[in-house]
Amino acid sequence: MGLTSLVKGVGLKKYFPVRGSFFKKVKAVDGVDIEIAKGETFGVVGETGSGKSTLGRLLLRLIEPTAGRIYFDGKDITKMKGEALKRFRRNAQMVFQDPHTSLNPRLTIAEILLEPLREHGIIVDDPEAFLVEQLEMVGLGKQHLYRYPHELSGGQKQRVAILRAILLKPKFVVLDEPTSALDVSVQAQILNMLKDLQKKFNMTYMFISHDLGVVKYMSNKIAVMYLGKFMEIADADEIFEKPLHPYTKVLFSSIPIPDPKIARSRKRLRILGEPPSPINLPPGCRFHPRCPYVMDRCRREEPPMIEVEPKHYVTCWLYVKK
Amino acid sequence: MTLVKTVEETLEEGLVLKVRGLDVRFYTYAGVVKAVSGVSFEVREKEFVALVGETGCGKTVTTRALTRLIDPPGRIVAGSVLFRRKNGTVVDLLKVPDEVLREIRGNEIAYIFQDPSSALDPLYTAGYHIVETLIAHNKKVKRSEAVREAIRLLKEVLIPHPEVRVKNYPHELSGGMRQRVVIATAVANKPKLLIADEPTTNLDVTVQAQILDLLKEVQSRYSMSVILITHNLGVVADVADRVYVMYAGKIVESADVFTIFEKPMHPYTRMLLRAVPNPLKKIEKLESIPGTVPNLINPPPGCRFHPRCPYAKNECMREEPPTIEVERGHYVSCWLYHRR
Amino acid sequence: MDVIYRALCFIIDLFTSFMERIRPGWIERNKSKIDEWKLMAYAYSKSPIAVTGGILATITVILALFGPLIAWEPYWQYKVVVNPDLWLKPPCLPPSCSGYPLLGTDEWGRDIFSLIFYGYRISFIISVMVVVLGVPLGVILGLIAGYKGGYVDEVIMRLTDIFMAFPGLVLAIAFATILPQRIRGLLDASPQLKDFLLWIFALRPQEYGQLAALLSIFLALVLVWWPTYARVVRGTVLSVREQTFIEAARSLGLSTWRILIKHILPNILSPIIVFATFDLATAVLLAASLSFLGLGPQDPVPELGFMISKAGRFFPERSWWIVVSLGIVLLLIAFGWNLLGDGLRDILDPRTRRAIEVRARAKARAKAAKVKGG
Repeated sequence: MGLTSLVKGVGLKKYFPVRGSFFKKVKAVDGVDIEIAKGETFGVVGETGSGKSTLGRLLLRLIEPTAGRIYFDGKDITKMKGEALKRFRRNAQMVFQDPHTSLNPRLTIAEILLEPLREHGIIVDDPEAFLVEQLEMVGLGKQHLYRYPHELSGGQKQRVAILRAILLKPKFVVLDEPTSALDVSVQAQILNMLKDLQKKFNMTYMFISHDLGVVKYMSNKIAVMYLGKFMEIADADEIFEKPLHPYTKVLFSSIPIPDPKIARSRKRLRILGEPPSPINLPPGCRFHPRCPYVMDRCRREEPPMIEVEPKHYVTCWLYVKK
Repeated sequence: MTLVKTVEETLEEGLVLKVRGLDVRFYTYAGVVKAVSGVSFEVREKEFVALVGETGCGKTVTTRALTRLIDPPGRIVAGSVLFRRKNGTVVDLLKVPDEVLREIRGNEIAYIFQDPSSALDPLYTAGYHIVETLIAHNKKVKRSEAVREAIRLLKEVLIPHPEVRVKNYPHELSGGMRQRVVIATAVANKPKLLIADEPTTNLDVTVQAQILDLLKEVQSRYSMSVILITHNLGVVADVADRVYVMYAGKIVESADVFTIFEKPMHPYTRMLLRAVPNPLKKIEKLESIPGTVPNLINPPPGCRFHPRCPYAKNECMREEPPTIEVERGHYVSCWLYHRR
Repeated sequence: MDVIYRALCFIIDLFTSFMERIRPGWIERNKSKIDEWKLMAYAYSKSPIAVTGGILATITVILALFGPLIAWEPYWQYKVVVNPDLWLKPPCLPPSCSGYPLLGTDEWGRDIFSLIFYGYRISFIISVMVVVLGVPLGVILGLIAGYKGGYVDEVIMRLTDIFMAFPGLVLAIAFATILPQRIRGLLDASPQLKDFLLWIFALRPQEYGQLAALLSIFLALVLVWWPTYARVVRGTVLSVREQTFIEAARSLGLSTWRILIKHILPNILSPIIVFATFDLATAVLLAASLSFLGLGPQDPVPELGFMISKAGRFFPERSWWIVVSLGIVLLLIAFGWNLLGDGLRDILDPRTRRAIEVRARAKARAKAAKVKGG
């Protein structure tokens, strides 16, 4: 266990029961090992059904893992309860995707922000002045303090949600598609703000998104997730320059590039079919039915995760030397 | 019924659609929202046009207004929409009688909307949707013929096992497949103009790529013109021939796709392009556009972008800039390029 | 309608200036809330249904509170014993007859009009007690069932099944036979409770046996009342529970109880208020029906349903005025609450509230345009 690793997940699995069936399960997360170093931003990309949101929630114990262990700052928090769990919550927070539903519509911004402070027993001399100071940190002002969420724009709401998450100065923040619901111009503002705040408060981020451009901008390390497992993990620059896993290659060649010359001249790796459901996983490598490089072995056995190059891991038979 | 008698402007050769001075307002309790103000643009035959902008810029309202799909409290206050029909006649869609408009909708102008789940009636099969639109616009078609055509269309949009899928209900199909059914329904009557409103926004990246490819396929096969609405500049770079950039209810810049990305002129276009993180480039810091989209009940005087524009001058705050052709086919609405 | 809006705004302003005085800066901090209240007042004043309902409901409350003080004839005097002429006297309007009861008399010679004021009190108190006890019981159980889910949910839902399947009437009959004695015993044991209840129903100590009968129907009603609320609340909780801000509250480490009370409950309050208002009407009618069947208090307690039942013996020639007048009274009470509930439903839902405002402003604009043009 690395000395600088803040968050660690070992063999994490989360299966959801399927209505009407005893044996069938939705295998949202199916065996993930993850290690996030202090101060880094770990990006997780994947499409719907990849399990990336579930993974984020597992690390925060918002959902209970079906199997596996979670470590935070050296301690095993998998089964933590009660006061200890509450103390953990102070240090690990989440920013949700939709700013319009993540704030209680019946509370004013002031009430929303005071709640975590009150819950964790933090007493402030002058609450109003304190909150105004905090609001200015995220680009808002006193005039927003006593308003209701519906009086704010999407971008402003998301700033409040971010402030709420970092109010307790957590060590670890999971950002689940924090800008997907926002316009391009607002997105840029929020992303820059997140970077500044991270530096200022020395926080560790897990950044979940389906937008590869955004993930690359924010992350130090990126993991590509497919049907509940990591297919490839590498440093952000490395993975874009040298994608190794076939799924990664397909993914990267499908993303829209804001440059017409490149977009039209690049070779698009065609992927076959639709993403399968996490209930009926294919045997062997879970990507094999859609893989352009599928081999016989892929259909039978699940490949292990191998360090193909220093700090570059791939789960694919193509890179396993016999 | 009768054709429109006089047409104030003529529709030039090679143009399928010509919009002039479109003005749409919404009369709400908070005030009058000037959603679209003085929008003018053209679509050529077989051209793929992209209407780009952020939320609230008016791109959706503009395309709905083209076939008078605006409901109260919205009203089309002014403008003309000249359209060349399949039979060669030219009509102003804002002035034709309702029956003519109904003939045109679904038959000559087709829409594809953002959410395929709500575009399909959950109570009816995929095949039914296609058959229904075929029969609605072709009185002589027999049901069995329509069903055969539906299966053929499903095959064209690359749905595997179309004979089986034609009997599937929407909930039995994935998001990508539903969107393909929607596309099949839209092109069933071989329309001249296809309007696609954020057709891939809700789909996964890999599926999005497939659907965009399909749209281009279908466009060339049926020689259609397409208006694509999107806020995603990557999508625009991929498929569009010509781009119209909208901001706060107005078109601020228009050019062919290569020019727009290489030589953006309007400050908004420039800043927008720099705010999009390009995964192929190394970016130290994303440039953001300060401020927020203006309130369209009381839009800023003069140029609507001036409060956020780093180059704003006095005249920008007083008068709305005219549309200037900076080079062939490249139009900008900005005082920076106006030579007095 | 405008008057009502201005009156309500005046009350709101009084309240806000009072709050400002004891806590300076209060107005600025709560500006958004005050605006919402005024918007609600505006929507209320613009809805004829809500206003009518409000007026009727206010009349009901005033008559209920002050009725026994206004009534000019005590209900316990059987005047017919003294003056046989007064037996079932039909109503009489001045000037042809004066000094005679306006709405006639019953078979004990009592002035019907005077009895109505007592009746208002009894019906109102019983409906309020049923709602005040039955609704929170149902709401709490519904909250727990909806939020916790699983085993707890199943148990509570099966309980509601049992109580809903139970014929309320049978329960009422059973209670009416068994309970009054037990209740009498209870009241004997605690004289403060007895005095309080007698005072609130405006009855004399001699009638405390009848009070026990009243309370037994009340208990029957409460038991039948709460399941509906538990069901409805559980349903709304299930949908609110999935909202992201609830997940956010959990991630902040808030306790379950706090989430239920501070986050979920305020977001489901509106339909509860509306249903409770309707239920005030239903409770009155239900209590009257049970009394009508003889399960409630007997003579001389002037419960409206009971009096109608007695009039049945002499119906129609000798008692039509009793049935008609008491029937209208019940109608007004129920109608008032129903209209108010209807109006409140539109006002409390933020979407329809704004729609009311839009329509009103559009009309005002149209009127202004006409004035200008004409």
